[in-house]
Amino acid sequence: MRVLSLTSKALFVSTILSLMLGLSGCSTTPKSDGSSASRSVPQTAPRPRETTTTPVESTRPVYAGPWEDPSSPLYNRTIYFDYDSAEIKPQYLDLMRTHARYLGSNTSVKVTLEGNTDERGTREYNLALGDQRAETVRRFMLAEGVLPSQMTTLSYGEERPADGGHSETAWRQNRRVIIQY
Amino acid sequence: MSRFQHLLLILTLCTLNLAGSGAVLAAPRLNIQITGGVEAAQPIAVVPFGVSEGLIPSADVAAIISADLARTGRFKPMPTRDMLDMPSTRDAVDLREWSLLGMNNLVIGRVEAEGTGYRVSFSLYDVFRGDELASTSLISSKTGMRHTAHLIADIIYEKLTGQAGVAATRIAYVTSSGSGDSQTVTLKVADADGYAPQTIVSSGEPIMSPAWSPDGRRIAYVSFENRRAAIYVQELSSGRRDLVASYPGINSSPAFSPDGLRLAMTLSKDGNPEIYSLNLLSRELIRLTDHYAIDTEPAWSPDGRSIIFTSDRGGSPQIYRMSATGGPAERISIDGDYNGRASYSPDGRSIAMVTRINGSFRIGVLDLDRGIMRLVSSGDLDESPSFAPNGSMVIYATIYGGRGVLAAASVDGGGNQRLSQDSGQVREPAWSPFMK
Repeated sequence: MRVLSLTSKALFVSTILSLMLGLSGCSTTPKSDGSSASRSVPQTAPRPRETTTTPVESTRPVYAGPWEDPSSPLYNRTIYFDYDSAEIKPQYLDLMRTHARYLGSNTSVKVTLEGNTDERGTREYNLALGDQRAETVRRFMLAEGVLPSQMTTLSYGEERPADGGHSETAWRQNRRVIIQY
Repeated sequence: MSRFQHLLLILTLCTLNLAGSGAVLAAPRLNIQITGGVEAAQPIAVVPFGVSEGLIPSADVAAIISADLARTGRFKPMPTRDMLDMPSTRDAVDLREWSLLGMNNLVIGRVEAEGTGYRVSFSLYDVFRGDELASTSLISSKTGMRHTAHLIADIIYEKLTGQAGVAATRIAYVTSSGSGDSQTVTLKVADADGYAPQTIVSSGEPIMSPAWSPDGRRIAYVSFENRRAAIYVQELSSGRRDLVASYPGINSSPAFSPDGLRLAMTLSKDGNPEIYSLNLLSRELIRLTDHYAIDTEPAWSPDGRSIIFTSDRGGSPQIYRMSATGGPAERISIDGDYNGRASYSPDGRSIAMVTRINGSFRIGVLDLDRGIMRLVSSGDLDESPSFAPNGSMVIYATIYGGRGVLAAASVDGGGNQRLSQDSGQVREPAWSPFMK
């Protein structure tokens, strides 16, 4: 049960964190006031503490593989979709087969299938739609012989548009799955 | 294991940094513009509060109260320049004078020194009947004066409308600037009037779906840091956070149960987006839906017995309701080819949702008793509705001038307002519960 062990590790992380915060003196003391004539007001609402995330440092070499070469058939890595649809259009079958063949003969290479949507509709629904798009591509690649261990899916929904505009021109660019090596 | 060691290292560094600087970032605050609909607003005069000799209060209490009352859409405070007299004690009040000026109600008050802070006293009058409706004093720290003014506004609002006020509540929202790999996304919490914004978490990757715990002390959210979607629950006072879901696929749409013990969420770890319920103490995870369509955006009914969610199982996204323990679901959205992101009003009698009308995404409020949907917004890409804890207003995200801003609409058709930042995008508002 990989899933359960992740959760217990998360608990471990949070326990360590809480110990550290305890040591650095971040405690709050509730105030009470027994005065009857006046109401007691909290000093202010407690100040929320900030958490900052640090980007993972990129250690990519200058040339990572043939997918970065514009003359390579692997260079095209984006599959576009119709609105509110996770169906793969026939014109992208060759593109996916090209990548499947490469991955099939290079089983140590791994990809992330990044699912994206346009901005129309709700954000959480779009996250689910992006997930379905990535999952459809994953299943096709599996059927073409790519190993399950070579692929992960990651949906960004409408959160990472290729084009930030609010028109069909922008939306068309944003409804996509990227095969990210 | 290495990923988690890495995560631990990052969090450790942040914690040290936090303890070292103790800094509060000077964040741009939300500016609020009232954009219309105050016909039925009642005239009220909030006279500038008297101040003891030599005292310079840290905030203009009367101005804050006036702005709070105006934002509700139910009151139209008198401009200070129109006042003929500015009494701050009971003896100096001549109610006939305020009656002639057309006021229904009058508020006077005083600020005096008390310890290292202030004592703020006020009285509320019914001008026509000549009654004193409320008279109270509150002790405030120097830095807590805005909060004290919000509490007074809420006392006045409740006395005059019979409904609890929300001036002392808060709003969580997501802001972003830049795009692609150079974007900065920040989850913030500000007072309901947009002041005192605090950064909860900041990242170069998307942050989504802030959700308040019912006691207002924790916020659940989705973060894509380390290029991986995960749901965190963060305690506001300490900044301490728990990673509660980080499964393969999406980890989305957290929603606290009304008792705060469970977190509903959407996971696709089993191959398709489904709704689950996580017991926050035992960490037991129960799957509630099982359908090849998209099931997402869970929201609890106020009694905790049912969950409404969005599903496209019928061919288009619609709102369904099921038991909070799973089982069969019935469709509850009536019209339209796209209904999503529903949430119950605090009294459980209506549901706010995103609905598509003639190609535009608007905010609708469905009256469950009468089966009537009322549109409360007029944009093309409106989303993420969230009820105020007294049910009087819905805050939502909209596009204005090409930028993402927040807007709030009165549920009964009263005042509307727009909340925007000087720069960057603002989205995904979540109105806090009443702070306990």
